[in-house]
Amino acid sequence: MKRSSMITDVFIAPFVEYEFMRRALVGSVALAMSGAPLGVFLILRRMSLAGDALSHAILPGAAVGYLIAGLSLPAMTLGGLIAGLIIAFATGLAARFTTLREDASLAAFYLVSLSLGVTLVSMRGSNVDLLHILFGSVIGLDNSALFMLVGVSTFTLLALALFYRAFVIDTLDPIFLRQTTRISAIVPFLFLALVVLNLVAGFHALGTLMAVGLIMLPAAAARLWSSQLVVVLPLAAAIGVVSAYAGLVFSNETGAPTGPAIILIAGICYFASLFFGRAGGILRLRRPSSHLEG
Amino acid sequence: MGQLLLGAHLIHPNKKRRGIELVNLTLGYERRPAVHHLNGTIAPGTALAVCGPNGAGKSTLLKALAGLLTPIGGRIDYDSPDPRAIAYLPQLIEIDRSFPIDVKDFIALGALRRIGLFGGLTAGECDGVERAIHRVGLSGLEHRPIATLSGGQMQRVLFARLIMQNEPVILLDEPFGAIDEATTEHLLNLIVQWCAEGRIVITVLHDLELARRVFAQTLLLARHCIAWGSTQEVLTKENLQKARAMSEAYDADARECLLDEAIVHDH
Repeated sequence: MKRSSMITDVFIAPFVEYEFMRRALVGSVALAMSGAPLGVFLILRRMSLAGDALSHAILPGAAVGYLIAGLSLPAMTLGGLIAGLIIAFATGLAARFTTLREDASLAAFYLVSLSLGVTLVSMRGSNVDLLHILFGSVIGLDNSALFMLVGVSTFTLLALALFYRAFVIDTLDPIFLRQTTRISAIVPFLFLALVVLNLVAGFHALGTLMAVGLIMLPAAAARLWSSQLVVVLPLAAAIGVVSAYAGLVFSNETGAPTGPAIILIAGICYFASLFFGRAGGILRLRRPSSHLEG
Repeated sequence: MGQLLLGAHLIHPNKKRRGIELVNLTLGYERRPAVHHLNGTIAPGTALAVCGPNGAGKSTLLKALAGLLTPIGGRIDYDSPDPRAIAYLPQLIEIDRSFPIDVKDFIALGALRRIGLFGGLTAGECDGVERAIHRVGLSGLEHRPIATLSGGQMQRVLFARLIMQNEPVILLDEPFGAIDEATTEHLLNLIVQWCAEGRIVITVLHDLELARRVFAQTLLLARHCIAWGSTQEVLTKENLQKARAMSEAYDADARECLLDEAIVHDH
């Protein structure tokens, strides 16, 4: 009896007792459910670092919003969204019309963007504010932040379901998509827009640096378990949800900051998958009997 | 092998279409032309081989025919209500083979133009996928991820997708590059059948023997058209020498241009 009550104390009680824990759980679970499938596509498109770059690119927009309206969610969100979309769009255009490849342009844009953001924040704000923007606070989610997270998550999942075939073909065989359909030109932009949307929604809960972790780590882990996309996508979301929950529990027990705690748990899932993953993990690939992708 | 020969002379019952006409067609990237002033007609039911040295503009021509490259000059007349009614197979390297998708789903992509990006795969289309898999000899591999296929098997998968696309024009860019003989023969048979069905099949080839054996018509290209007509008349020693000489002349030109640039840089 005593043991079971201890388990309840650790794993359930915090969410029953504290409203902020419930809010944190709902917000991070929503983000995990839509972000992780996007991460799977980022990995398949060999753009794993693009999420990271875009998350930095959001900062000056959020900073401008902050300079105009203070720590106001709508202003900072709108600013971040505009900055992220501009960088994503400009990168695509630069890749198309100059000799630089997309990754080089993205790196250049996000470095400038990040510097601009830090400069803007430091011009007025204190370091505490900067920390808040960079690392977020899942504990401090108010109603409007929560609605935004859940709304973005819902919208993203619907868009993913609707454009699933387009995203798959654009990743697998873009020439085929270009040659057979009319809307192929907007598909990559649409995808990046969804990524930006999730990053912007995530930076309030987890911060710009951590939001991308909840997008990429569960995705990378899930990819190591299956070579079927219909399995990888929900698996990534599930790993993200478990990480969010376990991270909150861990944070509540140890007093560790919530954002990093969630990402650390996702990281543990990733490292475990690296070793034990059935579709490309170290132990699997070392076994001589296996004959996987040459 | 005589019955394998097919070409413009083959009159198909429902032949009312003119096929494809190239009018003074000039193609290139940026402002650098890769194919100059090409004129000719490709009738329905034609198996046309496009031969020539590396850098002759063969792939560029195919890209333009597929609608992926806008001509610098001239035009491509294609008498079809939908200019996208063309199935195009680029060189194998352009497809991400590590993508987690199985053989059946990949081949089903061929139905894309009929069902669109949002429509469902009907039972009829599923049957079509099964038939296509059978026709390319991959029965039993339906659920294998494409990452696990050999080069030859992957090429069969791509041909099955072409079958699913079911277009009147089929463009193949070096489809037999690294493929063994059995697979090549199997896929050549498909090309012969496609032409017999009245389709245009335009294939970039390096193997002149294959061209002579299966393709009734040949376009010998070295940025300019060296010769275009029946394969026997086009692939002569003189024409081939001419093509090689022209491509070497271009290489020499390119080297001179580079030298000029280097000199300008030095001073």
